[in-house]
Amino acid sequence: MSTFTLDGKTIPFREGDTIMEAALLAGAYIPYLCHLPGYPPHGSCKVCTVNVDGHNAASCTLRAREGMVVQTETPELSDMRRALVEMLFVEGNHTCPACEKTGECDLQAVAYHVGMLATRFDLLFPARDLDASHPDILLDRNRCILCGLCVKASRDVDGKNVFGIGGRGIKSRLIVNAASGRLGDTDLSARDAAVDVCPVGAILRKRHAYETPVGRRKYDLRPISEVAVEKARCVRGRGDA
Amino acid sequence: MDLARIVEHAVARHAGDRTRLLAILREVQRDAGSLSAEAIDRVAAALRRPRVEVESTATFYHLLHASPHGTYEILFSDNVVDQMAGKQELMDYFCAELLIQPGKLSDDGLIYVGSTSDIGLGDQAPAALVNGHALPALDRNRLDLIANLVRAHRPIATWPPMLLEVAENVRKDGPLLGEPFTPGSALARVRALGADGVLAELDASNLRGRGGAGYKTAAKWASCRRAKGEAHYVICNADEGEPGTFKDRVLLRRRADLVFEGMTVAAAAIGARRGFLYLRGEYLYLLESLEAVLSHRRAAGLLGASILGHPGFDFDIEIALGAGAYICGEESALIESLEGKPGKPRNRPPYPDTHGYLGQPTVVNNVETYACAALIAQRGGAWFAGLGTPQSTGTKLISVSGDCQRPGTYEYPFGVTIRQVLTDCGASQPHAVQVGGPSGTCVPWRDFDRRIGFEDVPTAGAFMVFSRSRDMFEVARSFSHFFAHESCGFCTPCRVGTSLLRDTMDKLAAGKGSAYDMRSMQTLMRILLSMSHCGLGHTAAKPVVETMQAFPEAYERRLRNLDFEPAFDLDAALGTARRITGRDDEWAHIVSDQR
Repeated sequence: MSTFTLDGKTIPFREGDTIMEAALLAGAYIPYLCHLPGYPPHGSCKVCTVNVDGHNAASCTLRAREGMVVQTETPELSDMRRALVEMLFVEGNHTCPACEKTGECDLQAVAYHVGMLATRFDLLFPARDLDASHPDILLDRNRCILCGLCVKASRDVDGKNVFGIGGRGIKSRLIVNAASGRLGDTDLSARDAAVDVCPVGAILRKRHAYETPVGRRKYDLRPISEVAVEKARCVRGRGDA
Repeated sequence: MDLARIVEHAVARHAGDRTRLLAILREVQRDAGSLSAEAIDRVAAALRRPRVEVESTATFYHLLHASPHGTYEILFSDNVVDQMAGKQELMDYFCAELLIQPGKLSDDGLIYVGSTSDIGLGDQAPAALVNGHALPALDRNRLDLIANLVRAHRPIATWPPMLLEVAENVRKDGPLLGEPFTPGSALARVRALGADGVLAELDASNLRGRGGAGYKTAAKWASCRRAKGEAHYVICNADEGEPGTFKDRVLLRRRADLVFEGMTVAAAAIGARRGFLYLRGEYLYLLESLEAVLSHRRAAGLLGASILGHPGFDFDIEIALGAGAYICGEESALIESLEGKPGKPRNRPPYPDTHGYLGQPTVVNNVETYACAALIAQRGGAWFAGLGTPQSTGTKLISVSGDCQRPGTYEYPFGVTIRQVLTDCGASQPHAVQVGGPSGTCVPWRDFDRRIGFEDVPTAGAFMVFSRSRDMFEVARSFSHFFAHESCGFCTPCRVGTSLLRDTMDKLAAGKGSAYDMRSMQTLMRILLSMSHCGLGHTAAKPVVETMQAFPEAYERRLRNLDFEPAFDLDAALGTARRITGRDDEWAHIVSDQR
């Protein structure tokens, strides 16, 4: 089997694997937010950026090659990664203690992992909509990080195209498939994969928010570094079976 | 015509092809006045595509709008050169005269006035566009005249031609702009040389891409030729959006034959049958003459089936229009746009030479690169390599604007010093030159002996001159606004970083900056440079970095506090409460410590 090194550790990979896939399967966690094992990579959050033979690249999109020298936990990259997570916090309106997703939110868990305590940037306090028009699903754009996972899940898994990303630049926003712009006028169902893939608290099932009490939630029990490795292995296991 | 018919016709003109979505949306907007929610619904239905897909594209491009922009849409060019020439004051004057507000349709639905990123008329600044036509060299007299024409509801076709006349302003010519060229002469040589011969000449010429990155053209073409695919494509990047650049506008007006011939040379070299010229939406007024040149070339057997009577040499060119997005100058974003999608750069590798338009091998080059390629095919690589410097062969078109007596287009062999260009254009007390636009290099006065070339100061063409009276901080601040406006929003560092950088520059401009903000900008620069998805993000902080290095005093005199100065304005935060309670007395304000 071919191998590359990640911070000096030897990582085996199969032809076609990305650096991220191979690293996770080998038990080495690289933080990410817009990626989800089993889905084609997006490469937009840049949190998973690593240094490959002297150049920075998103590890979720770059395929592993024999003999690559990859670095991820350098002081510089760790600081940049923390800064990117801070940027995601300041561009939206995130109030973890008051958010239903706390303890199960990837953004929050990654922020803990990278050691973010506060942001070094000024908060942008954008005016963003909250859409409660759907009987079963709440869409809170204040918390959206534009990862595009719901777009892919709805299109590729649910076959519905409920979500898209509209606008440009800092005004980019999650849009829904209805002329009214309201989620309630789309054919989204609470059973859709698109609802489950949201890494933050932007897409939530109504009336189920506190079924698991805070303190016993996913990332309350285990760090995201373990959860992510397990998820990747589970997806690869399914693929092989 | 009702909306249903408008959409039906637009979709039919493009044979229901989803990849033509941008063109369809442009035409629906032209005929219906806007891209309303209903229009988007109808386009989606007619193309049998999800609505979100259509809306993503419709909301990405600056020149597309959801609400009507009236009978006359006037967009003032907002580059720093326009600003220096009084853009804001003139726009305010014009709006006051018509009793309207910028960014808002007039109450009678007659006129909309707004700003837009540089429209490629820096040599005739301040300039604007009216319904896609150019309005160069604006002053109060011209604006008075325009206001009267608007009030009289006069169709633009009947406006005095002098208002819409774009000067060429070619100040110095050379092989690209000046010497006679017989259409077909390069293609005749191509037949004699064969595809391998063309590539060999191109290789010998050492031609490097004129869009700024300077990738060797022969290597790009050879790689595309080798790549396997169902079809190969040739794309000409005429999305000349870099502020201060307008040389492609001149080339496309004066030397369209040379450009199209270069594209046809590329087609022969890589084995393509279809090509596109992606023309920025702001150059709509060039479309008619370009289409005429294409027709002429088809009639002359220089395009179409069996070019020059050579069976199997089939190639034709279509012109696709952009719709106001600087990012589409990035080749993979351009291809996305050409496929009808928002212009967001792709994940690379793979690159367009193997996976480009519709996933097929594609060559994307700048307008000027194709013009050079045609000359190389015609006159040989050795001739071309004899011009310029060993690393930067040939000549380069320079778009000169700003503080000088003779703004316009200049053709120089590579290696010319910045001082020489400044002398030739009659620069008055030059203090700095922004070479290559905001994403290029800021050259301060002490470095004027540096040379234009890939080995020293590379450029796609822009050459903006700033005299001693200009505030280089304000120049950088203007560029920071440009990048924040043009970031596509795909990746976190650029989407958020460009906005944070713009806000910090504004904070400094408002006199609220501190040394902390200077450090925070350094961090933003590092993130943009090292973590961004594409060149826009990589270069977005460059104007700030370089002016900070070259003109630190321009920044330091704005710092209020050496430690920390909060961005949060307590008094402003109370604004909403004041509005709700209808109060504006002394006790409804928090007076900040003036220090």
